Amino acid sequence: MDIQLQEVEYRYAAGTPFERLAIQDVSFAIPAGVFLAVVGHTGSGKSTIIQHLNALLQPTKGQVIIGDRVIAAGKKEKNLKSVRKKVGTVFQFPEHQLFEETVEKDICYGPVNFGVPEAEAKERARRLIGQVGLPEEVLQKSPFDLSGGQMRRVAIAGVLAMEPEVLVLDEPTAGLDPRGRKEIMEMFYTLHRERGLSTILVTHSMEDAALYADEMIIMHQGKVCKQGKPRELFSHPEELAAFGLSVPEVVRFQQSFEALSGITLEKTCLTIEELAEELARAKERGGAK
Amino acid sequence: MKESIISINRVHFRYPEQTEYALKDITFQVAKGEWLAIVGHNGSGKSTLAKMLNGLHYPQEGEVTICDFPLKDEFVWDIRRRLGMVFQNPDNQFVGTTVQDDVAFGLENNGVPHEVMVERVEKSLQRVGMLDFLNQEPHHLSGGQKQRVAIAGVIALQPDIILLDEATSMLDPRGREEVLQTVRQLKDEQDLTVISITHDLEEASRADRIIVLNKGSVYREGTPEEIFQMNEELVELGLDVPFPVKLSGVLRSQDFEIASNYLTEEELVRELWTSNFKK
Repeated sequence: MDIQLQEVEYRYAAGTPFERLAIQDVSFAIPAGVFLAVVGHTGSGKSTIIQHLNALLQPTKGQVIIGDRVIAAGKKEKNLKSVRKKVGTVFQFPEHQLFEETVEKDICYGPVNFGVPEAEAKERARRLIGQVGLPEEVLQKSPFDLSGGQMRRVAIAGVLAMEPEVLVLDEPTAGLDPRGRKEIMEMFYTLHRERGLSTILVTHSMEDAALYADEMIIMHQGKVCKQGKPRELFSHPEELAAFGLSVPEVVRFQQSFEALSGITLEKTCLTIEELAEELARAKERGGAK
Repeated sequence: MKESIISINRVHFRYPEQTEYALKDITFQVAKGEWLAIVGHNGSGKSTLAKMLNGLHYPQEGEVTICDFPLKDEFVWDIRRRLGMVFQNPDNQFVGTTVQDDVAFGLENNGVPHEVMVERVEKSLQRVGMLDFLNQEPHHLSGGQKQRVAIAGVIALQPDIILLDEATSMLDPRGREEVLQTVRQLKDEQDLTVISITHDLEEASRADRIIVLNKGSVYREGTPEEIFQMNEELVELGLDVPFPVKLSGVLRSQDFEIASNYLTEEELVRELWTSNFKK
């Protein structure tokens, strides 16, 4: 399912003294199956964009096309259930949204509300609990007896249980330890590839953007200020710096090395392995004797 | 060795109805004026330890002494006056309607006279670089700014120790940098002892000393240099290795000459250049 934003503007509390322009003139496409990273400073409008992707917010100007639905400014929108079913959102700190008596009930809540028979929902819960890295026994426990990291995984399973076509992730690993972060990101990436999902990742981690995204959007003061492949965007660190953003450590290292040595590597490297390989080739070429 | 300000001796702690100990035979000292980072994965016992240092849990075995006060019911308020805490979520610890009200909150609770209060609020906000925001409301602040206000609220009470319990983990990179720089500056300006509880190794690398917790026990203790030599062992513990150390390892496996494990990018760039290219 493709999603397109066309000249979208959103004002919070429009027409009141508290009116605030959050995003303006935002246009971009999310073709089915793409992994898109959205980066930008706190307050740059990332979260507002996310809420347009499943019509939680309706633009105050422009339109959002979600599959065959058009959500336009000024129209009364009804029956958004099908949109919500296809676009699953993992909000920041999703563990705060857990509420049921047991983990199983919590995971089943979404699908059952969308009309999935209970037996089928339970089957999904059983399958997903393993996928998010938790043992099956957890299903019968209260979510509130789990650790923060485990609760996060349960909340994620709850979103996956709706079997969305598009997965929107708002800082899904914030507050997790390094292993937890890696495991969760790898899980999303596997799902992305195996199920052909579209994945939209909002993140502060340039490392994650470099590692997983096909496409990247940089938000600044409510506008899309850059869009492109991570490798292209990270090749111009000075441009990112202008928006108060940094590049991945590996890119920064390459830059320092190039500055010191006068050697220019053949490409901007996004992983340590790539960098080591490029350095080895440069060494073979004889460096800058 | 400087005089110690916190002493933890063979401490055990277990939550009700749990079979495993959350803290198991923990012993260490914190020297006056040092910055100690306590690292460990989620569930390693870090937060339990943080709560204990603030008297929210008492040891079931062993002793904890903070600023010469044994951790017991009768001294818990003396301890809390000397050890200020900054928590993880900037939104959960903002109690005032404006920045200055928020900083004044703790002082008011402690019955500090008004004139003294006004002076201390200003001074504390100045120290964390937030004086210009005196009358701002919290929702106008970024996460990093909120955390700096939280720090101002703590230092206004003039504690000897400041404990950061994952205080930067919910911030974006810029906010994290702001907070860490503020802490470093405060520590250098006055004889403040800093304990930061974190799983961010970048944050831990700013400390004078690191303690690695695993399964409720002290797994290793050392300077950042020593701890980061652990390399893969840290990964096995659910942690990470800093980028320069990781890169050194990969480069060595590709026959580059890298003499030791460098903690900073600059050192590694120089070593890579001089030992491998500049010949």
